[in-house]
Amino acid sequence: MSTDERATVSLPVRNDADLMTVRQRVRTLAQELGFGLVQQTKLVTAASELARNTLIHGGGGSVTVDAVSDAQGRDGLTLTFRDEGSGITDVDRALRDGYSTAGGLGMGLSGSKRLVHEFSVDTALGEGTTVSVTLWRGHASHGPR
Amino acid sequence: MTDVPPVGTATSVVARLLREKKEHIAQLWADQPLFQAVFTVTRDEAVEAGRAVLEALAQVAESGRVDDIAAPGFAMIRQQLAAMSTSRTRSGLSIGQIDREVGALGAAPAEFLEDASGDTDERVRARLLWSELLATLRVVVIETALQENREIVERQRQQLLEMATPVVKLWDRLVAVPLIGMLDSARSQVVMENLLEAIVEHNATMAILDITGVPTVDSLVAQHLMKTVAAARLMGADCVISGIRPAIAQTMVQLGLDLGPVTTRATLADALELALERQSEQAKGIAPRH
Ligand SMILES: Nc1ncnc2c1ncn2[C@@H]1O[C@H](COP(=O)(O)OP(=O)(O)OP(=O)(O)O)[C@@H](O)[C@H]1O
Ligand SMILES: [Mg+2]
Repeated sequence: MSTDERATVSLPVRNDADLMTVRQRVRTLAQELGFGLVQQTKLVTAASELARNTLIHGGGGSVTVDAVSDAQGRDGLTLTFRDEGSGITDVDRALRDGYSTAGGLGMGLSGSKRLVHEFSVDTALGEGTTVSVTLWRGHASHGPR
Repeated sequence: MTDVPPVGTATSVVARLLREKKEHIAQLWADQPLFQAVFTVTRDEAVEAGRAVLEALAQVAESGRVDDIAAPGFAMIRQQLAAMSTSRTRSGLSIGQIDREVGALGAAPAEFLEDASGDTDERVRARLLWSELLATLRVVVIETALQENREIVERQRQQLLEMATPVVKLWDRLVAVPLIGMLDSARSQVVMENLLEAIVEHNATMAILDITGVPTVDSLVAQHLMKTVAAARLMGADCVISGIRPAIAQTMVQLGLDLGPVTTRATLADALELALERQSEQAKGIAPRH
């Protein structure tokens, strides 16, 4: 999907202050790329959810933000959250609305998936989790606008 | 100090020189930006501050702990060094620039040491010792400046926490919290406490939580909001959430967040209108109590 990577930003996810930085940087980068307000809000909200999962469930890690564009010349942002935590036992269940092993609302993972265009989870028990999401700018055909 | 210093003569040479030439060096220092810029009222103040630093350095030299930032001598001037570095920071200097200004203080004593009597060996050792002492002073200043910064940041964080969560009484028995900034766990705890106190204090039956200033509503923020609403209800006040901006509303729907039975309104004004309507309905419904 993503050819031609242009810029990569890597940020730590180790504490609450890092979560704030992640939200702010993602918002700035989305603005710079010309994302509309609704799209910015969706991407920042997904980033907030996923970074918090990295911190709370994954024991901390990092996020990289890549400006990407595809063959049709669409611009987008890919966010990749990595941790070396316990991994997710059952991804299908974790992706169910309301499923939480930590007394949360259980909407973070499933909700984030609905907020973006591309979503993938790569996890191995005891080794960690990588969640990668992409939102294309001004893409109206399906999914979020 | 009656202890015999471990490095023997070099330490006592430096300590003696710093004391003998105290007046002279302090006068020279008083004209350097580090002292000049801080003690703006009178020059005497700057000279006095210089004397204090020299006495402290002499004591550190005597104690033989020239490479120890925890040497007791430094403790006497920490506050003063903090004041100096803070004032230089306010003038727009970076920590690196302040460090260079402290380094520049070394020149005057070094020259006096050069001219001091004694054999060459002793003078070289005294010079080395002075360099080491100055290097330690520089670290002490940097450390004090960083500590000062940390305290400022922490103070501001606390102030923000308090400042960003005022509860205002809008009407008889009606309070409102205009929330500003991210509602993380620490913030929402403060919000909840302040709100519950205000409900008791004003005997409120309604509370408006306005989230116009909240940049992101994710599942944790939603959870905090709902907990706050539930707690307010236990205290006898119904909550209305206002100021959910269109982009946030769309995002919340897609994320699957539902504020449940909580009444929401687009703006604070709408929420106020609703609250007043409800109050007048209640007044009609229930027999007047007064
Ligand atoms: N990075 C991760 N490492 C390990 N487990 C994870 C990770 N991310 C998610 N999970 C698991 O998936 C579950 C669902 O995640 P989701 O974000 O949907 O809910 P939650 O974090 O528990 O609550 P919230 O609604 O507050 O986000 C989590 O409870 C956790 O068990
Ligand atoms: Mg989550």
